[in-house]
Amino acid sequence: MCLAVPARICELRPDNMAVVDIQGTQREISLMVLDGEAAVGDYVLIHVGYAIERIDEEEALRTLELFADLSLTDEAFGSASPPLTEDDV
Amino acid sequence: MKHTHILLAHGSGGAMMHDLINDLFLPAFDNAELRKGNDQAVFEKQDGRLAFTTDSYVVQPLFFPGGCIGDLAVHGTINDLAVGGAMPLGLSVGMIIEEGLEIDTLRRIVQAMHTAARDAGVPIVTGDTKVVERGGCDKLFINTAGIGVIPDGVHIDGGSARPGDAILLSGRIGEHGIAVMSERRGVRFSTPVVTDSKPLHRLVQRMLAVCPDIRVMRDPTRGGLGATLNEIASQSTVGIEINEEALPITAEVQGACDLLGLDPLYLANEGALVAFVPETCADALLHAMRAMPEGEYACHIGNTIADMPGLVRMKTGIGGTRVIAMPSGEMLPRIC
Amino acid sequence: MSVLASFRDSSRAAPLLERIRARETGPVALMEFCGGHTVAIFRSGIRSVLPEHIRMLSGPGCPVCVTSNMDLDRAAALAKLPGVILTTYGDMLKVPGSRESLAQVRAQGYPVEIVYSTLDALRLAGQHPDKQIVFFAIGFETTAPAAAAAVLQARARGLKNFSICSVMKLTIPGARALLDMGEVRVQGVIGPGHVSSIIGADAWRFLPDVYRVPVAISGFEPLDILASIDALLAMLEKGNADLANLYSRIVKPGGNTKAWGAVTEVFETCASSWRGFGNIPDSGLALRPQYAEYDAEHRFPIDIPDSVEHPACRCGEVLRGVIEPVDCKVFGTACTPEQPLGPCMVSSEGSCAAYYNFHQSTHTKTRHATEQ
Repeated sequence: MCLAVPARICELRPDNMAVVDIQGTQREISLMVLDGEAAVGDYVLIHVGYAIERIDEEEALRTLELFADLSLTDEAFGSASPPLTEDDV
Repeated sequence: MKHTHILLAHGSGGAMMHDLINDLFLPAFDNAELRKGNDQAVFEKQDGRLAFTTDSYVVQPLFFPGGCIGDLAVHGTINDLAVGGAMPLGLSVGMIIEEGLEIDTLRRIVQAMHTAARDAGVPIVTGDTKVVERGGCDKLFINTAGIGVIPDGVHIDGGSARPGDAILLSGRIGEHGIAVMSERRGVRFSTPVVTDSKPLHRLVQRMLAVCPDIRVMRDPTRGGLGATLNEIASQSTVGIEINEEALPITAEVQGACDLLGLDPLYLANEGALVAFVPETCADALLHAMRAMPEGEYACHIGNTIADMPGLVRMKTGIGGTRVIAMPSGEMLPRIC
Repeated sequence: MSVLASFRDSSRAAPLLERIRARETGPVALMEFCGGHTVAIFRSGIRSVLPEHIRMLSGPGCPVCVTSNMDLDRAAALAKLPGVILTTYGDMLKVPGSRESLAQVRAQGYPVEIVYSTLDALRLAGQHPDKQIVFFAIGFETTAPAAAAAVLQARARGLKNFSICSVMKLTIPGARALLDMGEVRVQGVIGPGHVSSIIGADAWRFLPDVYRVPVAISGFEPLDILASIDALLAMLEKGNADLANLYSRIVKPGGNTKAWGAVTEVFETCASSWRGFGNIPDSGLALRPQYAEYDAEHRFPIDIPDSVEHPACRCGEVLRGVIEPVDCKVFGTACTPEQPLGPCMVSSEGSCAAYYNFHQSTHTKTRHATEQ
């Protein structure tokens, strides 16, 4: 529903603005709705000219592990719980 | 020239128009045919069939990373001749100028045309200039037409592709589209991407020397590779299968596409061609193409198939299949 | 961040697909709520690699598609007011309203400007103090902070010529409405990644808790979507309805409280009219009374004629997941991306356009042949 793209902050500007880089493409965006302090080098997600969230490298690595290791998904999400019945769905 | 901006009088046929032509156009486009000052250019009798083409250039902005409307107008028409297998003989230039255009801007564009024509070795042999009232056009429109000669034995035609042909692409895609988009109002971004605008006639002549049996050639300009492949699939009544991972798309073009929600398959190119060739010639052609600067990134992107004539499909990175449809309408940046 | 490139490494798809094929769930229908996922699924050809017993349904998560004709007509009317420049995202230009699209309005000489961001709309307001810049705001929770931020900046700068026509919508009431209708059986949901970055993964807990439907919050790379499908199947296999956040590199359990804080500062919830669903209570965002001077509806009261729908268009049913685009009689015939009758054929996120462009052209062509 909403197109967003990861970008690296490469310059902080006055009025809560910043220049970000997306594989060489640079554009000025706003940091106004981003939580916390931003610094040059941070990776953020850009949507309609605003940084809306940070990108968490550790979490990214964890997800990649999940992609590679079959048992992790079952461990994380497949554990036993009350079985669903026809009426539930 | 006394004036800094184009006035209506510059197109009136009087002394001012004379000045404009003599000061600006003639020195730039100078060649024996133009110097004669006739109403037409005359070519000696040629061996081979004649190819004739025309195209109008209305690109906004007039200047964009790596080029301008002027070199684009020269390269575009040369390429339309080239992909028919023709060696260009000469070009005509028609300029429609909006009253008020800065003469320096016009001079830079004319200079770019001169450089492009000289480097390509294709003379501009005849021309025309009109000035229209402010609002009558958007700064400057250029029409170029060209005549070329197709050597005997060369029969390139959009309807000639056959099942089993290899599909070769001479260069990276999407660069011209992104370069122009980066200067558009309301979108503006900075990009290291520059237009791929360049003449392809020498590349084509080299390709024909290696394989005179090239069946189809086309330059994927407006509508991009996606539109061109669809046109050929339907003209030749063949199916087309290309491979996503074979497509030459730079990270910079992909990044800009990700930002704006665009698909590089539908972005314009001005210095690439796609060729449908007998599979047995593919490797020799690629080798020859890559030996020339304009074919440096040449690659084999797919093949034609007998199945599903008219349809273009792409094998995706994850091993799936997607249909590449004909693009519809204006390419707009999108948010969702 | 080099790790991001790994999410585009398609060699990682094979093991994921193997796992999906090995899951023993029986036939399942999974729904992606988000139009961005619909496009990603078609573009990467995911449907063509999934086993046949896994059916992917497209949900109502294309903001362009769910915008009602009434709201489109309002935008067209605003664009025609003297002194107004209507600004909007590129997505909205070609959507047919009751009588005309904004592209047709622009062709008649009325100023309609495409912007990439509300920042561009604010810039226009600064450049044209003699004009009224109206921003036609569509979108869900992801896009709402940009609209809120624009209003807050307009106030801070004392801009008197900027206002917003908000037809923005909230996904959770939309999802609830869909499930409550009970027309389609959805056994698992691919949760919208970017919406969740704002409202948080936990906002979707109601799906397992109330509806007993597992949900996997997903990113937009093909690998993300495959991993989410696998996680949903893992849950279904074990009979476990839970929430899996597979987009944790972006999405936090509580979302972006600062962004959502800006939204709730400027907007309040209101009833909103969704194409295909009708009026859904508390599913829209309207400017709060204290921001009325930035509310285009408040500043430019206009009468718009009753809206009409094209009688043959079945976008509503497509949006509810009741029919697939190819089930619509005009799909690919009277309704094509060049001549769209409904919004699902216009928006590149719309299911009909996605079907038409990436997948079902074969079916259309075959159908033409059989009908002739």
